[in-house]
Amino acid sequence: MSETTVLLVDDDTDFLVQGTLQLEQLGCRVIQAGSRREAVAILETTRPDAAVIDLMMEDPDAGFTLAYQIKSRYPQVPVIMTTAVTQATGLSFEKVPGQEWIRADVILSKPVRAAQLKAELERLLGHAL
Amino acid sequence: MHSEMETLNLAVVDDELGIRLGVSSILSDMIMDIPDVGCRIRLQVSSWADGESFIESLDHSTPQIVLLDSKLPGIGGMDILEGTLSKHPDVVTIMITAYATLESAVRATKLGAYDFLAKPFTPEELRVTVRKAIHHYVLAAQARRLMEENRTVRFQFISVLAHELKSPINAVDGYLDLIRNRMLGPELSAYDGMIERSSLRIAGMRKLINDLLDLTRIESGQRIRSMEPLILEDLARSAIEGQETAARERGIRIDLTVEPGLSIQADRMEMEMVFNNLVSNAVKYNRPDGTVKVALSRRGDEVEVQVTDTGWGMSKEETTRLFSDFARIKNEHTRDIPGSGLGLSLVKKLSSLYGGSVEVESEPGVGSSFRVRLPFQLSSAGTGGAVSKETDHG
Repeated sequence: MSETTVLLVDDDTDFLVQGTLQLEQLGCRVIQAGSRREAVAILETTRPDAAVIDLMMEDPDAGFTLAYQIKSRYPQVPVIMTTAVTQATGLSFEKVPGQEWIRADVILSKPVRAAQLKAELERLLGHAL
Repeated sequence: MHSEMETLNLAVVDDELGIRLGVSSILSDMIMDIPDVGCRIRLQVSSWADGESFIESLDHSTPQIVLLDSKLPGIGGMDILEGTLSKHPDVVTIMITAYATLESAVRATKLGAYDFLAKPFTPEELRVTVRKAIHHYVLAAQARRLMEENRTVRFQFISVLAHELKSPINAVDGYLDLIRNRMLGPELSAYDGMIERSSLRIAGMRKLINDLLDLTRIESGQRIRSMEPLILEDLARSAIEGQETAARERGIRIDLTVEPGLSIQADRMEMEMVFNNLVSNAVKYNRPDGTVKVALSRRGDEVEVQVTDTGWGMSKEETTRLFSDFARIKNEHTRDIPGSGLGLSLVKKLSSLYGGSVEVESEPGVGSSFRVRLPFQLSSAGTGGAVSKETDHG
């Protein structure tokens, strides 16, 4: 099987470093983007196999917008959203009826562990990494 | 002031037809200005001959003001006040009593009535009492609205704060996990970078907590100020000294231009916050080998502290939200620059506390210039809560 390319988007350098290490350990090729804008520019020329994106970046909801943009262009590409805000604020982004506007396939709370990332990617991609 | 016309509903509940008709005709044309909140009130009057039908009407609409007769044929006014109206705490009730006994007035007040009118009353007495009730209602409604807004703002603030506090914890936690799993092999030195980053994130978090405490103290007025004459040049020099290492590492030169003899009456710690934040920002957001210019001058009754950098600059849109809490301009140039997002918010709050102002001018790609203006010589406010805002120019 060919290498899996993952677009990793986060405005926090440390999460880019950590996510890249985790994904490379799984044998993925990682394309990094530090903002929604950078990610959109990359998507112009590249179709990743999956995307792992942060929610709060240049705007508080940049991740939602980006998920929408990814899915509009590449409906088949799985989107994993990562965020630190869910538990703290009591906001719940769980997939519930009426919230179909959230275009991410799954929302993970930070910090995201390697095993969790692996399990979700394999489930969404439909093959082992 | 622009006044908006608002209609309030007043219900009169009295078994005497004369009272109902009288109240309706006297109050129906009444328009009242409430200058405190800038609104005009018009009354819409409805009337009820007995308590039962009035109680029933509450299912459809609740009046804001009720003129309630204490002696009604069926259920009495006091019972309505005690029972039904206690479930509508926003309603302002004026009891109409047959005999102006102190006892009935006290009882009605204890049960939650705002005021009372003794029969027989003149149109003028009615107007005065109702005016007072309207005023009370409008101010109470305003207070409720403000409380609600405060809650919303507070929730938003806490949400962002939670995010800003959790990010460094998560980053450190993530590194610890990678180290625990020996992601880079058994050699400890391979993890030096991760450990260094973790220390930096913890330092950033400590700074955020300290800034937050400063901000809270300033906003609550709890901090005890110790006002003393401060020489601006000293403040500028010590702020520059504090940034020397960071500036040297990136080849940034800091120039100071001073008009001699400039001083202000202020709290030393607060003024240090203003200077330190401005100078450290100018270094942090500068480009390598850039320049920072700090200029102190007198502008009429004010002193001006101008700090100019040769950094990446900001767009108009970015400068407008720069002074709000947690407003960090995030882009490829600023991504790795640590900051709490509270520094300029502090500068702004402190400047206005001292009767001054802060402005920014910025050009993308060229740099930014911050100008803080403070009253030249404040009248001594001594120590204690708020700073006196009286200045020579008023």
